[in-house]
Amino acid sequence: MKIYADNAATTRMSRAAIDAMMPYIEEYYGNPSSLYSFGQQAKEALESARETVAKCIGAQPREILFTSGGSEADNQAILSAAALGKKAGKTHIISDAIEHHAVLHTLKKLEKEGFEVTYLPVGTDGIVKVEDLEAAIREDTCLVTVMYANNEIGTIQPIKEIGKICREKKILFHTDAVQAVGHIPVNVESEYIDMLSSSAHKFHGPKGVGFLYARKGIRLTNLIEGGAQERGRRAGTENVPGIVAMAAALKESVEKIGENVKHAAALRDKLIAGLAGIPHSALNGDAVKRLPSNVSFCFEGIEGESLLLLLDDKGICASSGSACTSGSLDPSHVLLAIGRVHDVAHGSLRLTLGDDATEEEVDYIIQSVREVVEYLRGFSPVWRDLCAGKTEFIL
Amino acid sequence: MALYSEKVMDHFRNPRNVGVIEDADGVGEVGNAKCGDIMKIYLKIDDDIITDVKFETFGCGSAIASSSMATELIKGKPVAEAMELTNKAVAEALDGLPDYKMHCSVLAEEAIKNALDDYYAKKSQNNN
Ligand SMILES: Cc1ncc(COP(=O)(O)O)c(C=O)c1O
Ligand SMILES: [Zn+2]
Repeated sequence: MKIYADNAATTRMSRAAIDAMMPYIEEYYGNPSSLYSFGQQAKEALESARETVAKCIGAQPREILFTSGGSEADNQAILSAAALGKKAGKTHIISDAIEHHAVLHTLKKLEKEGFEVTYLPVGTDGIVKVEDLEAAIREDTCLVTVMYANNEIGTIQPIKEIGKICREKKILFHTDAVQAVGHIPVNVESEYIDMLSSSAHKFHGPKGVGFLYARKGIRLTNLIEGGAQERGRRAGTENVPGIVAMAAALKESVEKIGENVKHAAALRDKLIAGLAGIPHSALNGDAVKRLPSNVSFCFEGIEGESLLLLLDDKGICASSGSACTSGSLDPSHVLLAIGRVHDVAHGSLRLTLGDDATEEEVDYIIQSVREVVEYLRGFSPVWRDLCAGKTEFIL
Repeated sequence: MALYSEKVMDHFRNPRNVGVIEDADGVGEVGNAKCGDIMKIYLKIDDDIITDVKFETFGCGSAIASSSMATELIKGKPVAEAMELTNKAVAEALDGLPDYKMHCSVLAEEAIKNALDDYYAKKSQNNN
């Protein structure tokens, strides 16, 4: 069996997305900035894509800026808010401990420039506490940036509550919604979101395309200087085929959200129940407030990379937050933030199911993980010590 | 391109000398769960010849492969020769390791030295 269970890493392009993009590769290759009709055809496609994308998240077309993906959108949103803050003498930013590196590294850069950043902790459930946010807000807070849903453990943050507080306090609120858009309902209007980052390849669109939503009136800082594309906020000839495909992919994903959520959540819960049957294992993050396709586990006594390699041999594509898969000595900051100690965090496994996953596949995954974990524990000195009572089980 | 050489994958998938030696003459354990790799080596030694060797490893693919290869390289060898085993020799025998995985071969070298130290320590105790 061949099972792609790493849909949080990237997804397969949908037929709708491929079909939508092909004409803009093969035929309508004009430059949207050219004034002859051949260029204007591309321009029309671009603007129609903008309308579609805007509608999918409850925004106005003018509030959508096309980017090269989620990372760029995160960078631009945060740097823009920081620039606005600085002008007003406000240099405090609030974020949290489990953000994607696109956010964390941008914040690190700002810290070096004199900004102060408060990283809200998350509970063992992987969720930010709204009281902590309220307590962290200061006179000089210029931005709150909290992700919509986490890429590793799938937990969903109380975005609407956070947004409401920020709106009342007149603080800009950005959310990295890369893992949420197209997977769960997102509405910038009703959830008081000022800025939102999204990436096409996470919802069956192409790689290297994304968008930033910025509420009307928020002045964005350019990351890329040059021509006047994107109303002067992002230079460079637009990736027309990619953008058109993104819009088609998003439209289809959003139309199917209800049905996909139901289907995926049922399989997710079956998978969670199956893996929980493995002794000394634990689900990472809240069981309910999580993405419908995300399953993240820690297994005591084994290491994640070897687990992944053996699952690969069984045809299963998955991922892990272990140190050895990242090239650093520390396991994932997300797992550490939810209180998993190093020893346990190394033995993590993330399975993110596709919309087309089946019960049979889930059964096969459960059986395979069970076998591989048992096999690796069979010659793990850590497991031996745990079983001999020399060290204490944590999970 | 694959992450690892075929040799590494072979030793990872079919590790040689896995297990424990209950009445080992030398036992070495290195690494810690914090950094993500732990190796334990058991030696059976007769007349200063390593007659049997077993290992247990908690770690990534290259950690398991390095343990496996290291045990193969010292099995049947005189202890003096085993003492000379370098991490480079382990990595070379595996047709190379990615740069950031070289520490796994270092761990294998250290685990064996550790087990040999244990053997010498026990031996000198018995002679006293
Ligand atoms: C939460 C989150 N933010 C940002 C990104 C970066 O998106 P992109 O790969 O489109 O730059 C990702 C993708 O890995 C993500 O999961
Ligand atoms: Zn390793």
